[in-house]
Amino acid sequence: MQGIEDPVSLIQVQTLDDNCDEFGIVEFKINDSRQGIVHVIGPETGACLPGMTVVCGDSHTATNGALGALAHGIGTSEVEHVMATQCLVAKKMKNMLIKVEGKLGLGVTSKDVVLAIIAKIGTAGGTGYAMEFGGQVFRDMSMEGRMTVCNMAIEAGARAGMVAVDQTTIDYVKGRTYSPKGDLWEKAVTNWKNYVSDEGAHFDAIIEMDGAQIKPQVSWGTSPEMVVSVEDKVPDPAQEKDPVKQKDMIRALQYMGLQPNQPITSIYVDRVFIGSCTNSRVEDIRAAAQVVKGKKKAASVKEAIVVPGSGAVKAEAEAEGLHQIFIDAGIEWREPGCSMCLAMNADKLGAGEHCASTSNRNFEGRQGYGGRTHLVSPAMAAAAAIAGHFVDVRKFN
Amino acid sequence: MAALGRHRGLPLQTKVIIMKSFTILSGIAAPMDRANVDTDMIIPKQFLKSIKRTGFGKNLFDELRYLDEGKPDQSCEGRPINPNFPLNFPRYKNASVLLARENFGCGSSREHAPWALDDYGFRCVIAPSFADIFFNNCFKNGLLPIVLDEKIVDQLFTEMYVAEGYQLTIDLAAQTVKTPSDQSLSFEIDEFRKHCLLNGLDDIGLTLEHADKIRAYEAKKRIEAPWLFDMVK
Repeated sequence: MQGIEDPVSLIQVQTLDDNCDEFGIVEFKINDSRQGIVHVIGPETGACLPGMTVVCGDSHTATNGALGALAHGIGTSEVEHVMATQCLVAKKMKNMLIKVEGKLGLGVTSKDVVLAIIAKIGTAGGTGYAMEFGGQVFRDMSMEGRMTVCNMAIEAGARAGMVAVDQTTIDYVKGRTYSPKGDLWEKAVTNWKNYVSDEGAHFDAIIEMDGAQIKPQVSWGTSPEMVVSVEDKVPDPAQEKDPVKQKDMIRALQYMGLQPNQPITSIYVDRVFIGSCTNSRVEDIRAAAQVVKGKKKAASVKEAIVVPGSGAVKAEAEAEGLHQIFIDAGIEWREPGCSMCLAMNADKLGAGEHCASTSNRNFEGRQGYGGRTHLVSPAMAAAAAIAGHFVDVRKFN
Repeated sequence: MAALGRHRGLPLQTKVIIMKSFTILSGIAAPMDRANVDTDMIIPKQFLKSIKRTGFGKNLFDELRYLDEGKPDQSCEGRPINPNFPLNFPRYKNASVLLARENFGCGSSREHAPWALDDYGFRCVIAPSFADIFFNNCFKNGLLPIVLDEKIVDQLFTEMYVAEGYQLTIDLAAQTVKTPSDQSLSFEIDEFRKHCLLNGLDDIGLTLEHADKIRAYEAKKRIEAPWLFDMVK
């Protein structure tokens, strides 16, 4: 803890430690090899399980919905309420089904799917709803991919996102540190199999998409709905009819330093960040490593960092030798944490710098004062680190 | 799942802590004229490390209000002011009602956003729509978020830009917003939330009045789903 130079940060960490000790709450402290981002640790340790109600003082709590749990973010006062009473006063959310059928193309990932969903329905599209992600694309998706999708439900306005329990869920949960064992396991699995929507269940809204049509996505603006495919051009505000939206687009382009109709592949990046609660699990790191292998970071890219989501992810990636692939390419391999996702520590963008980032928010200043974030998948971020600008990872070799 | 009140410091008394109440507010309205105003914009992340709930007002909309990069624990006296940002205009000084556009408060669940608005002096935000978590967080801090039809919000913006000192009167009990021309606009609000705001009730106390039911639920859950209990040690 002596490594924390910022006195405000130090007090925050110390206060958390002291409070957890005082009230007998299990905490993976800063030097614990199991520590990391809460939404990575919950599922990987089996502390979050199907059918649970999971709340946490962070809006990306929705990540845990991938397990078939009802998981959502709450504010400080509600955290206090849960601590004091073990419950929350809540109003039933409306239901939205996001159905993506078909098969994803090669090089198209869960991150591209969720960015395409947000581009379609907008950042307020899911306000008031809990989202279920259904259809073949999600049935075929790994648990880690489902976590990436549920993680960004909040970026579509929905507090909670979830995927129905299936064999993939059960296989994932089995054998984890805190998941039930023996007779309890059998009993739990029987119960968990109920966490699926009934055939013909009523949804207040249904959105349907074709997975085969989804291409690698890149955000161009300052809101997660400002997203196009890597084959596209930066949109032209002159084509937007809604005056409020048009004003937002003009402001976003100004902030981002981009021209209307500029090809996405013409955007050069200064930094690359692979990590965050959205994309810092071992599959994400494998996908990035596969693109990077045998190549070198572009000289024009000032810094490229890979930040595993937890100590366990770090250990697993290192056991597979993935860290060496990055190091050989001139890409930094870091200690687990949130890092450049929100610029609360020294990892941040300088004013005007473009970043290919696997995080979840491209708000103004999110990754540093004046910083310009482009949200992408780990494979797309890795390809940008090598090429120096955005490239279509499907054609990149 | 921890047992209710198992740890020390959590007695099951039904004490209703009083928070700031909201009854009638008459105040100057100020604009935040863009859609999807996110929580990072309301209060940038470098200020979130504080363990306090107060003192965020001077950094509300920091990146828009000032021309330099704001740092935590820094006095804002003497920082270069953005002359084009409406909250810096003398006419909006002492505003307590914020007029905003759709999806206000999207992004983070951190309560620093309503704390900063409150600390600055806002007691009410009027917008066509709000992000869910931000909306909930407002009520916990005596800040009233009001949803009005987009066309009406548009009208309020226009009137406010024309008339300096444009004042709105919000009557929570009557669920109305009154304009200077005496036009009365009604708004919807959840009955329970209205009750809590009007009376400044803190809902922890109210919830603990149902401690018996919570205990009964937990006892039932312990039988139905025993794997959820005492799992993390």
